[in-house]
Amino acid sequence: MTERVLMPLRADRRSPLAGAALFAAATVLGLGCGALMIALTGGDVIAAYGALLRGAFGSLYGLTEMLMSTTPLIFAGLAVAFAFHGGLFNIGVEGQLLVGGLAAGWAGYAVAGLPRPLHLLLALGVGFSAGALWGALAGWLKAWRGVHEVISTIMLNYVAFRFCSFMVGAAGPLKAEGQLPATPFVLESARLSRLIAGTRFSGGIVLALLAAAAVGYLLWRTRLGYRIRAVGQSPPAAEAGGISPRRQMAAAMAISGGLAGLAGAVEVLGLHYRFYDAFSPGYGFDGIAVALLGQIHPAGVTAAALLFGALRAGAAEMQQVAQISRDVIFAISGAIIFFIALRGLLAPPGTARSA
Amino acid sequence: MQGIVKRFPGVVANDGVTLEVERGEIHGLLGENGAGKSTLMNILAGLYRPDQGSIHLHGRPVRFRGPRDAIAAGVGMVHQHFMLIPSFTVAENLTLGAEPRRGALLDRDAAEALVSRLSDQYGFRLEPRRRVEELSVGAQQRVEILKALLRGARVLILDEPTALLAPPEVERLFEILAALRRAGHTILFVSHKLSEVLHLTDRLTVLRGGRVVGSGPTAECNADDLARLMVGLSVLGPPQRSPQIPGRVALAVENLAADDDRGLMALRGVSFEVRAGEIVGIAGVDGNGQSELIETLVGLRPAGAGRVLLEDREITCLPPLERLRLGLAAIPEDRQRRGLILDFSIAENAVLGLQEEPPFARGPRLDRSEVQRFARRLTGELDIRAPDLRAPARTLSGGQQQKLVLARTFARRPKVLIAAQPTRGLDVGATASVRRQLLRERERGAAVLLVSMELDEILELSDRIVVLYEGRLVGQVSAAGARREELGRWMVEGEHHD
Repeated sequence: MTERVLMPLRADRRSPLAGAALFAAATVLGLGCGALMIALTGGDVIAAYGALLRGAFGSLYGLTEMLMSTTPLIFAGLAVAFAFHGGLFNIGVEGQLLVGGLAAGWAGYAVAGLPRPLHLLLALGVGFSAGALWGALAGWLKAWRGVHEVISTIMLNYVAFRFCSFMVGAAGPLKAEGQLPATPFVLESARLSRLIAGTRFSGGIVLALLAAAAVGYLLWRTRLGYRIRAVGQSPPAAEAGGISPRRQMAAAMAISGGLAGLAGAVEVLGLHYRFYDAFSPGYGFDGIAVALLGQIHPAGVTAAALLFGALRAGAAEMQQVAQISRDVIFAISGAIIFFIALRGLLAPPGTARSA
Repeated sequence: MQGIVKRFPGVVANDGVTLEVERGEIHGLLGENGAGKSTLMNILAGLYRPDQGSIHLHGRPVRFRGPRDAIAAGVGMVHQHFMLIPSFTVAENLTLGAEPRRGALLDRDAAEALVSRLSDQYGFRLEPRRRVEELSVGAQQRVEILKALLRGARVLILDEPTALLAPPEVERLFEILAALRRAGHTILFVSHKLSEVLHLTDRLTVLRGGRVVGSGPTAECNADDLARLMVGLSVLGPPQRSPQIPGRVALAVENLAADDDRGLMALRGVSFEVRAGEIVGIAGVDGNGQSELIETLVGLRPAGAGRVLLEDREITCLPPLERLRLGLAAIPEDRQRRGLILDFSIAENAVLGLQEEPPFARGPRLDRSEVQRFARRLTGELDIRAPDLRAPARTLSGGQQQKLVLARTFARRPKVLIAAQPTRGLDVGATASVRRQLLRERERGAAVLLVSMELDEILELSDRIVVLYEGRLVGQVSAAGARREELGRWMVEGEHHD
């Protein structure tokens, strides 16, 4: 079953044009479902979607908020997509994201005296490394102990949730003074600062786009990427070609976890300026949807993250102006993913057998 | 079958094929890989629906909507890949879906008695209580045939039935088919092996490129004409082997032991040597330790005991990449599983195993233009018809895929070349070309270890022949002194104690 659903993700098999067409078709069908839902419950579809659009693109503030919610989705989507290329389903992005965020937050306030770009880079690096370690743990379990990564990453999510709660909870070692379960604020030298007055816009989106480009380069231009994709497509053939599936699995999970860690780090260093408990509304899980819709290509992931970011950012406006519950947004997202997965179910492997 | 047309995306597999088979005959369907034989038979068995054309059975038009309809009409097919449940007994597999019952219970005795009776009637020699996974490939095939008969098949389709069989098993299959013909069954025998079709069939039809290019009574055909019809041009005879004095020992295997995937001992102390410039053939029936031997030699399976030496250097415990670098390369027996990454592009597949070597490896990068250039050279040298090197390897035909694997392996100029089933599933033309290339490698000075289930191939290419039986080497002869019958006996009976 999992195999079938993941079928459309075999991006190597299809042309970019076909991928874009699938993306567009699923989006249109998903929005169609949303429209149907709004109409059936007596809402005004035009007004609702109009408000949605205005909310995301209609003002500078809306636009920047849209980009801000897109940023962690790009990182999380890249994390899921990268693991997919290695043949692994990383459901643990949420946990890796939290651990990365916590570590980056800690490095942001606990290390003092560094000049600005250096401190920021250090904090990002610490966030990446923490997520990478968390991911590599699941990779190691899979490669050397045969533990299925879906099981181990789900379990490690719980460990991460509780661990982070503990660290900033009552009497937690990283907890700041006050009521909030949060770390102290990160120092100015470790912040991605606000770039546009009157908005919360920081440069995080630029880092996300750079990460997308880096993932594309890594996968298709480097030997590491070749090895990871080879193992993802066919472990037996990769092994016969002198590639150790175990090492590549561990590497794929580490890099995937690192990208997830960056998602958390950029949220902490560029939006909240501190780690607080439960800061993520489930970006790690949305990353799975983003990777699916983006068909695990970095460009597709970026586009999908923008779409989901826009839906999120426009939802508030839609709720306020058109009186349509923002829950419709989640139904639309779900429908889009359904249509993407449907393609795999409708075209099971082997239908185009030749003589 | 009249005017059958079947199109698949990008190819016309059957282009107006008309096939007439008389009741009670063995009809041979000859053709190269990709000639459209399997497609035509799958249509007859109800697995595919034709785009055009009609099927008449015993004079009446029939229209099959699925395999069920075909079985109900008395058409049964034995596929190349068996569809049996390994952990079930012979009787259970045979009566699956039509189990004799006693009340709500399965009537095991009745099922077994039924199987015994049918088995004896046609000389199948099957024990109803044996589990299918314990049976040889030949016996499994006989179970499949019997299954079709039990379901009332009067027309029996056999798709490449001898591909996996040892010579004595082929003989037994032919005896059974003759008995079935006497009992009034009609048999369609699909093959690309000329000698078998000539030997067995009453009439035959030749397909090429999805069309019928010839048909008639087998007695009026001769091998050369048929080969020409199949391939479309005159085929060369067996390749010439130049006399050659073998050089130093390139590969030495000492008392090698290894387990199979289930943890059972599959290799029980195997020792042999291969010298530079010679081909050593390992004959044997499938499943006697060949796969384990190959995997242990290339480093994909740990050796339980013993040593492997490559030009005096012990490589028993080295990982696959190190062995590749030292000059040991293999043509894997399962090219789609081990040889190629089907969803990788042709170009990416061309460098599999070379990804860490210059000029492809440049710092952490994989130089794409070098990869493209190399792939273009390979495909050019071996006439691999690939319109776009960025297309997935999956889009190549079986023969073209094997050519790609071979080209890549030869390009390494290995000191030791392990060729496992190098011509399995290839047509006449491609087989001849592969064999010529193996001989060229020998002349270049490579030590070639040829593992093949086809005795003819072993006899044609090898300088020395050893037989692998139940994980041991039994019998070793020079090619000049080899006798087919003796080798065949070793293959199925093991050591002659003398």
